[in-house]
Amino acid sequence: MLRLLWLIPAIPFASSIVLALVGARISKKIAAIIGVASIATSTVISILLTWSFLGSSLPKNSYTQVLWTWINVAGFHPRIAFYLDALSLVMILVVTFVSFLIHLYSAESMLESEGYSRFFAYMNLFVASMVTLLLADNLLLLYLGWEGVGLCSYLLIGFWYSDFKNGLAARKAFIVTRIGDTAMIVGLFLLFQHLGTLHIQELMRRATEQWPAGSALPIAAAALLLGGAVGKSAQLPLQTWLPDAMAGPTPTSALIHAATMVTAGVYLIARTHVLFTLAPPVQLAVAIIGAATLLLGGCSALTQPDIKRVLAYSTVSQIGYMFLALGVGAWAAGIFHFMTHAFFKSLLFLSAGVVIDAMHDEHNIFKMGGLRKELRLAFVAFLVAGCSLAGLPLITAGFYSKGLILSEAWSSPQGSAILWLAGVVGVFLTALYIFRVIFLVFFGEPKTPVTKRPAYKIKIPLVVLTVLSVVGGFVNLPPVLGDEPWFTRLLHTALPSVGQEHFGLLTEVRSEEFITLAFLVGLGLAYVLYHRRRQWVEVLVGNRAGKALHEFWFSGWGFDWYYDKLFVQPVMWFARVDKSDAVDTFYNGVADLNKLLYRGLRRTENGQVRWYAASIAAGTVVFVAIALFL
Amino acid sequence: MFALGLAGLLVRRNLIFTLMSIEVMLNAAGLAFVVAGAHWWQPDGQVIFIFILATAAAEVSVGLALLLQFHHQNKSLDADAASQMRG
Repeated sequence: MLRLLWLIPAIPFASSIVLALVGARISKKIAAIIGVASIATSTVISILLTWSFLGSSLPKNSYTQVLWTWINVAGFHPRIAFYLDALSLVMILVVTFVSFLIHLYSAESMLESEGYSRFFAYMNLFVASMVTLLLADNLLLLYLGWEGVGLCSYLLIGFWYSDFKNGLAARKAFIVTRIGDTAMIVGLFLLFQHLGTLHIQELMRRATEQWPAGSALPIAAAALLLGGAVGKSAQLPLQTWLPDAMAGPTPTSALIHAATMVTAGVYLIARTHVLFTLAPPVQLAVAIIGAATLLLGGCSALTQPDIKRVLAYSTVSQIGYMFLALGVGAWAAGIFHFMTHAFFKSLLFLSAGVVIDAMHDEHNIFKMGGLRKELRLAFVAFLVAGCSLAGLPLITAGFYSKGLILSEAWSSPQGSAILWLAGVVGVFLTALYIFRVIFLVFFGEPKTPVTKRPAYKIKIPLVVLTVLSVVGGFVNLPPVLGDEPWFTRLLHTALPSVGQEHFGLLTEVRSEEFITLAFLVGLGLAYVLYHRRRQWVEVLVGNRAGKALHEFWFSGWGFDWYYDKLFVQPVMWFARVDKSDAVDTFYNGVADLNKLLYRGLRRTENGQVRWYAASIAAGTVVFVAIALFL
Repeated sequence: MFALGLAGLLVRRNLIFTLMSIEVMLNAAGLAFVVAGAHWWQPDGQVIFIFILATAAAEVSVGLALLLQFHHQNKSLDADAASQMRG
């Protein structure tokens, strides 16, 4: 059964090629069948694989499938091989399952859009690349998948390319992530240079043997890999591309820019966790980046009027939580939050998509209102997902994953009270911004009439994800609530557990009580500000300090502005000044010479037959003369 | 004789005269072959002349057909009037 592993990336890849080749000539119905069925098959295979993986007892709790040797040159021989352990198993299961639901959803929601089969070709290619990334047994194959998902992200953000702004957003996403990718490939060179292999397990073994903890080499390697992860996962300081990436179709935002691709950085760090353990300063940096990003994302989400941008900043903030977990060594907690986040964030995007579709492509939450009766299913789905996101205690998935992260942020050896406090403030912000959206969109007076209601292909994913957003957390119950950490126990076959825990002042129960408190304060504040007393918000942003803060948060802490001043404008200035340096002069000269020749030769093409005949005669005379006299 | 034909080709604007000049040039070449063959006692010169005759016949028929079409379109036989296809 495990030998079917290679089919999981192969089937979506094949179907994407088929759709790309014949997509223009087949009907929308057939395109949808090919596009959705391929992902469905992959999902079924990964469920079967999970079944047999959990049932069997494999040596080292992992399974490797070698397909062929990719390159074989001078001691460098990466293989096309897939590596399955608890970590990649959980990831592919979530990725294929969520992808399947989103494909089903988009089969309906994209019907009226241009380029229906093109959309499915891109989406299938994305799933194939993402699964390759997750299953890769060496870093080069992982990098192939990494670039593949980047490409699909670019293609799908700019999917409606006739609008110039979308193209710009796509370019921004591509270029900003490229900065991280460059750091990452340099990191791969460094690792190969010093350890002589890119095979991940072998690499980790050699790293622990040859490199002492805290020495310069593992720090450099881990920092470079962190650069790649930061770019892909939209963390500080490369987070600016994600809010603009919302220019793509909503299913794309749900799949790529919320549930799966942006968590690739989290996966990379978890996969190479040994390196990060060897480099404590970098690991601390991961935690600090996570904590800072989750606050930044939360504050910015609070001020956005566009529903998708709220969710985008929310994604940035939630991935901040995952980084925080990774930074304190709670690897399993990070992956657990990845799973629950995939469920509730894709559900948020999908139900937001229903709302946007129902309102004639209206994104502004201030123009919506009172939708809880009109769009009952979307309301329930958004409410459940929002509660899960904010961490409604006891019943939602988000509460369990966030609770685990926060209690370990406090108690793990690398944890500290400040990181924990940032996380709790984050919970408060999360509750505030998500209930702001819920109150504005679904409560109050209706402002725009509803014109379209979802069909069953949209309803099924919403219902399934709603259920998962609730029960997804029950796979890992903390000690006080049943003590059944099934999920972390599974992941600890692949990832180390947190070291010696120390609680001190705070116990796990207390930590969870604080989360509950933060959640309730956020909910209450949102209720007062955005439902009962809307005029208080006006008062808050009315004075100068409030207005400045609003502006600052609205622009995502002004990062675009700094980057414009720091990088874009100097480069533009240099390009303008340096327009005619020596190299350019030479190439411009070649071009000018050709232009001159063209002008001269054009004269001879005057269309007069007699002139041509005379030229031929003169030419003949010249050549005969040359032949005779030379 | 070849020079005469060439001069005619270059000077005359009427297409019929152009064709005739080409004919003169072909025959000049043919005559040169025959004379050369007679000089070196080789039959090849005369063989080539037969080929040239055949080519000339084909050329004249195609040329005349084109000429008729040209006249049909332009209502003239001026070679310079055909310059609208210049690059």
